[in-house]
Parts: sequence; C-alpha cells; structure tokens
Amino acid sequence: MSGSQIEITKDLTIPKLFLRQCRKYGKDKVAMREKEFGIWRPFTWQDYYENVKYLALGMMELGLKPGDKVSMIGDNRPEGLWAEMATLCAGGTAVWLFQDCMMDEVKYIIDHSDTKFFVGEGQEEVDKALSIKGECPKLEKVLWDDPKGMRNYHQDFLVSMNKVQELGKEADRRDPELFEKTIEKGHGDDVCLLFYTSGTTSLPKGALLSHWNMLTMGRNLMAVDPCYDTDDFVSYLPFAWIGEQMMSISCGLQIGYTLNFPEEPETAQENIREIGPHVMFAPPRLYEGYTRQVQVKYIDATWIKRKIYELGTKVGYKVANLRFEKQRVPAYLSIFHWLAYLLMQKKLKDHLGMSRLRHAYTGGAAMGPDHFRFFHALGVNLKQIYGQTEIAGISIVHRDGDVKFDTVGTPIPETEVKITEDGEIISKSPSVFLGYYKNEKATEETLVDGWLYSGDKGFIDEDGHLVVFDRSKDVMTLNDGRPFSPQYLETRLKFSPYISEAWVIGHERDFVTAVMCIDYSVVGKWADEKKLNYTSYMELSQKPQVCDLVQAQIEEANKDIPGPAKIHKFVNLYKVFDADDEELTRTSKLRRAFVEKRYEDIVRGLYGDDETVHMDTTITYEDGREQRIKTDLHIRKINV
Amino acid sequence: MVQAQALKQGDTLLELENVHMYFGKVAALAGVDIQVKKGEIHSIIGPNGAGKTVMMNCINGLYSPQKGTIRYKGQPINQLKPHLRAKLGISRTFQKIELFGGMSVLDNIRLGRHIHMKSGILSGSFYLGKTKKEEIENRQFIEEEIIDLLEIESIRDKTVHMLPYGLQKRVELGRALALDPELLLLDEPLAGLNLEEVEDMARFILDINEEERWKVTCILVEHDMGVVMDISHSVFVLNFGNRIVDGTPAEVQGNPEVVKAYLGEEDLYSTRR
Repeated sequence: MSGSQIEITKDLTIPKLFLRQCRKYGKDKVAMREKEFGIWRPFTWQDYYENVKYLALGMMELGLKPGDKVSMIGDNRPEGLWAEMATLCAGGTAVWLFQDCMMDEVKYIIDHSDTKFFVGEGQEEVDKALSIKGECPKLEKVLWDDPKGMRNYHQDFLVSMNKVQELGKEADRRDPELFEKTIEKGHGDDVCLLFYTSGTTSLPKGALLSHWNMLTMGRNLMAVDPCYDTDDFVSYLPFAWIGEQMMSISCGLQIGYTLNFPEEPETAQENIREIGPHVMFAPPRLYEGYTRQVQVKYIDATWIKRKIYELGTKVGYKVANLRFEKQRVPAYLSIFHWLAYLLMQKKLKDHLGMSRLRHAYTGGAAMGPDHFRFFHALGVNLKQIYGQTEIAGISIVHRDGDVKFDTVGTPIPETEVKITEDGEIISKSPSVFLGYYKNEKATEETLVDGWLYSGDKGFIDEDGHLVVFDRSKDVMTLNDGRPFSPQYLETRLKFSPYISEAWVIGHERDFVTAVMCIDYSVVGKWADEKKLNYTSYMELSQKPQVCDLVQAQIEEANKDIPGPAKIHKFVNLYKVFDADDEELTRTSKLRRAFVEKRYEDIVRGLYGDDETVHMDTTITYEDGREQRIKTDLHIRKINV
Repeated sequence: MVQAQALKQGDTLLELENVHMYFGKVAALAGVDIQVKKGEIHSIIGPNGAGKTVMMNCINGLYSPQKGTIRYKGQPINQLKPHLRAKLGISRTFQKIELFGGMSVLDNIRLGRHIHMKSGILSGSFYLGKTKKEEIENRQFIEEEIIDLLEIESIRDKTVHMLPYGLQKRVELGRALALDPELLLLDEPLAGLNLEEVEDMARFILDINEEERWKVTCILVEHDMGVVMDISHSVFVLNFGNRIVDGTPAEVQGNPEVVKAYLGEEDLYSTRR
C-alpha cells in the first residue's frame, strides 16, 4: 500500500496512526528487526504496540505530563524508537541528541529544552546525564535500557526501561483504557518534536514540529515516490537528524514498511548488505564513502576485473548522460548496458547493498556532480532532496526520469517555493514548523506570513527545478569581484579517493587556495605499496610524494573548474577536520569561520611567499590529555 | 581428579605454598607463597625477570615446580596436565598473543569451548542431533556472553592475523572466557595497547570479575600501575623469585621496599601518563 492512501486530517496524530497500524497488522507483520547476537530478531506490530504502551504508561506513572520534554540519546535501536513513540503517546515532546554530542552541547540542549526525562542507551549515556544533572534542575529522571556496566549505579533517579514498563503494566491493570484514552486526547497541531538544528555559525536553535507537520510531509513525499508495506528500510543514521525521523517515523508509520536496525554502528554497512533496503536516505558524506570504497577496490583489483569495471562504467556513464539529457538510448547501447549490468553493476550493487534499491536520496549538504553521475552510471536512482528541519525535512525532490545533478528538483505536493527579490529561497507548506523554542526573535526572522525563509540563495531554472547556491554567506568573491563557490570546489576535490576533506579559501583575496586532508587509510595503503615509511598521519601528509599525489588530484579537478575558481596553492593539513574539534558540524559541514580563525597561520602562509608554515599548537584529546604538535607544513604552488 | 566443590566468596580458591622453580641453577621462584581468594582480582607485579610469567605457567601447568604445592579449591594439582587444569576451570591469556592467525575470530573463540564438547566422533562426523544441539548451545553462549561482552561483533568473521593488535588481545580474552573459567590468568593483557584500548580492557576485566553472570577470579600480571592499583583487590610484589609484599594496593604503594626494588625512587604511578 502506498502512503498517499492514508487520509491525514488535522485531528490525526502520530500516536493515533501508530495505534491504527498496530491494530491493522498485529502479530502478522514484522514492524522492525534488530540484529543482535549475530541474528536478525523480529518484532511484530503487536510487540511494538506492547513495548510502547507499557513504556508510555510507565513514564506517565513516573510523572510525565502532556507537553513535557523527553530527551533521547543512543544508537539506532528498537528501544530508542519505542521511547520516542511512548513519549508522543503520553503527550510529551521528543528531543533527540546526536550520539557523539560533546558535553557542553548536551548540557545546552537539555537545559534549554527544559527536559524532564532523559533516555540513554547504557552506561556511557547515563554518565553524560549524571555529569550534567546538577546543572539542569528540571531534569528529573534518567532512563536506560542496556544493563551492561550499570551494576554499580544506584541513584534514585536512574530507572531501567524494564522497571518503567513494569510500572506501566501495573497502571494498565488499574485502568486498561488509559493508554488509548491518552492518545485520543492528542491533536494534530500539538508539538511532537523539538529538534535542534546544527548551526554552522551560532548556538543550536530548537525547531518545534507538530504531528500535522510530520504527517503531511510524509504523505507528500510518498505521493511522489510511493513505498510499500513489503519494503525494507535500514535505520542507521542518527535519529537526531531530521532525515532519519522522516524515513523511520513519518513515512515508516504511514506505509508500514519494516525498519531494520544494525547490530552495531560499525557493522551497519555489512547489515545493509544483508537486508538490501528498497529506499535509502543519507547525507552526501555516506555516498562519498561508497564512491571511495569502490574506487579503492578498483585500484586493488586484478587486471581483468579492472578492465571489466572500466568498460562497464564507460557504458554506464554514456547511458546516464543520455538519460540526464532526456534522450533516447540507442538499441546497441541498451545491449551493452545490459551486458554491463550482468558483468559488473549487478555484483557491485550487491556489495553496496543496493540491489533492491528503488529510490536513494541525498540531502543535508551539497553533493558534487561527480558523485551523482557515478551512482547513475551504476544504475542507482540517486535523487536530491532539499529541505530544512524547519519544514519537517523536505520540500523539494527530484522526480524519476527528471534528475539534473546541478538542481535539487521540484517541490513536493502542497508545497510552494518562491525566490525573493534578494534571491532567497522561501517556501510554504503544511509542514512548515511552528517556530523556535524560546526564541521569538529568530522565529520572526524565519517565519513571515506563513513563508519559511531558508537563508539559502538560489533560483528556479527553465524546467522548474530549484537550483540552490551555497548558504548565502558561503558564496565568495575574489578581490577582482569574480564570484566562486567554495562548496562546489570542495565537492569536486573530494571525488578523489585520496582526499577526505577539503577547505577552499579565497574570499576577498587575489586567488583561490585550498587546505587538504588526505584520507589516511587510502593514502596509507598507497604509501605501503610505494614503500614509503611513515609513522603518523602528520608525517604521511607532509611526504613530498604525498604532496605530489594531492597536487595531481587538484590539477585533475582544476581542468573542469572555470578560470577564476582554479586552485593556485594548497597545503596538506596535519590532521583531519573533526566535529569534536568544532571544525565540522555534527552533520559534517565545514564551519568556515571557525577554521579560518583556528588556522589563520596557514591562511597567512598560503597568501605569503613562504614555502612552509610552521605549526606549534596543542591539541586536546577527548579524555583531557594534551599533545603538543610541532611541524612544518609544505605549501605547494600549482601552475594554472 | 579433584572433585569440584562450591566455594563461597572470599574462600581460598588457589594456593601456592613454598613453590620453587629452577632453570638449571637459576631460581625463578624461590619459595613463593600466595593465596588467591575467590572473587578477587589479585595482581602480580614486579620488574622484568622477577618470575611473574613463571608463576602463571606453574599455575596452569606449563611448568612443574621442583618443590612446593599448588592447591586449587583445597586439592593439590601439581601432577595434573594443563588440559586437566583447564577442565577444572583454570583459563589463561598469554603475554605474546597465542592465537591461530589463519583462523577466524569466531573459530578461535570456539576452540576455547572445545573442552566442554561431549558428543563423540561419529556424531560429530555426521552432525547428528547431539552434536547439532551442542553446537547451537555453544554458539549461543559465545554470541550472547562473549562477543557481546567484548564488543567484537564487527570482527567475528575476520581472520585474526588481519586484525590490529588491540583487537587480537580482545579475541584472546574471548577464547579464555569460552572455557567458562572460574580462575582466569591474565598475562599482561594491557601491554602494547593504546590508552583507549587500555580503558576498554580494564572495563572488560572488571565486568568479568563483577558481573553476576561471570564472577571470575582473576590473577593479573601487569606493568600498568595505574590500572593495577585501580582495579585490584590485592597486589603481590615479586622480585627475583621472592615475595616482597602481598597486600591491598594502598599497603603496597606505601611499602618502601617495593618502591625501591621495583620502581627505583619514582612514584608508583609514573610508568604511564
């Protein structure tokens, strides 16, 4: 059944829909699976119902009132989803934190959101809660589900999920209709999620989303790309990312497809292959990872395999390009394409877990055209999604057969998108959020007459597709007034398997330069084969041969880059950009202002005459240890 | 054969009495006495060449001491071969990893379970009912108790020699646990690990010692004083085959002879950090 067949009314809430689906499927259908102890363990809709019901009643017994906030942190697992659904059923608002959030972020969000209950997975998350409990007076209870390592924790406010469910069972015995009655009280305009947006510049802002927002967004996406209740979806990206909420909650619940949770984050890739999902939504970084993986395997493969791959991709690219241009694929090419599928694509897609994939979406950040073409050449239907947390995740998507890699597609039903006179993208739909929590000023700036101001610039092209420039502050101009887009250049550079991160500089300067981070494992392997000795990332990155390698990658990228944007100089950084060092956001976007300040010596070096930059800095590890770094970075000039 | 008997927490599980071990004229152990209580983590420390590993080898039966008695649950086990001691519940890891490099992680751990396999060669050859049932039970034990505990889900099918050293150490601990031991001898489990791996390993040792499911008594030979002093109930200091002191971590740290013999004049904690 496809999602568009469910009627979404203002009265419908996520819990009401949950109840309806549980009644419909009951014991006969698997709602979710989790790989545990090496085996995929199924949970039927009946199991899902019971777990959520007792958890919700138990949380109410512990004092959760409608409108109270419950914060959740942990890996993707059924218990996490149950806790979220239970919160919504009890009339509460769910807040998700990224698993790798630093302590001050956790504290800020818990405190700012007025969180009453904190749900953590196990010892690690409970430790986080304990360390901030004193500073967050509104935090009352800390719930956990994994007993490992919890034997010495005896504080009164710590409650295991089993215990909560026991309380829920008791409450159910006293009043068997309490759960359903509580759900009945809900209304579509009630707040269901409080989601903190990862700011590239400022403190996170909490976006309030209603049941109506979430459900209409799911319906409208499913109207474009229908899914079926026989489909499988693998839930492995953080629940704190709106894209995952959109797939697991909004769409998942409406369609009733099976959610699959990997055993551990490290096994996700393997588990995806075992499941072979029908639909997938991931940020560009993950697809970039896939591309790199294929490119590296290609370098390692035997001669014959390399040849087959080369021929297969050549045909693939030809067909993909024709389809991009909406031209007919000639018969002879179709035959070659079929051969390429048999000999190469089928096998490769199986290895990537993409054999059954109908729709693959990417969103959250810009994706380079090279990666895009790569997947289409492989026969993967990769499409752009554009949206913000503030519009429940999505407003624009590519349609099948109408994919243009430099656009993000056309609006989903019930969504209007306009460009203001300043070129800002604004949109209006039933999924536009209610406002920012405790931030009137930001709400007024973002929501005007029901229009959501995105802060992104763009235009609508002749086919009605939206083209998004980078975040407006990221479009840069050289001293002579010629504009260039650093993000575009960075995605081009990152298509090389040897490069893991790139940072392009040049705003109000004479020419463009770049700071590069090599991919440690790929370049390390390359160095092994070249018999180059190295002891650390830092040393490897500064080897003259590695600088040559990176230079060759940049020269290759420079070929397709228009004149003013060509990269004139670069330097290899001694480390990789890291979200823990605040250089990237949690969704892996580069925080330019921050890195510019942090590496001002390097920037000065790139625009000076020196051939090296001396670095003398101290880095602090997560556990508080400090290490002093002293090294010389080599600056390379590129002939353009 | 020693009869298994139930011991309470705090009863003596293992006892070495006046144990001497010579290699030619060199005395590796010169009359060592130690009592290991059930439920404790008893560490053995001492400078290189003090005889720590020799002590471990005497306990698990790789060496036979020329003099003295080793009692396990009150019964002398001097004459028992290593595999019989393993059957009694004495398991160990090695200072230098002794895994089967060409085999998978799972197979290495399974091997530790071998001692509990009861079905015969015929049943095994044809994978008949009894073997099948046993296989499933063992696999369940390995998956639910060991792989989950040591967090090695992502490498269960990997070949051991392809793994980084820190993970190999973990696999070796997994194999030792597959025996479902009552006494676990850990010979330098932290050597060569980075800080994060050390923290993980220390956590696993505590889990094995404290979790209701395991409650394994551990004898730990280790040079990382920070960890030894943090997690041990008792510390035994050995120097040139002689006991210097055997007491709580606080007693040992305060003992001037220990500081002099083992660490020179330095602070006990200064080996790492």
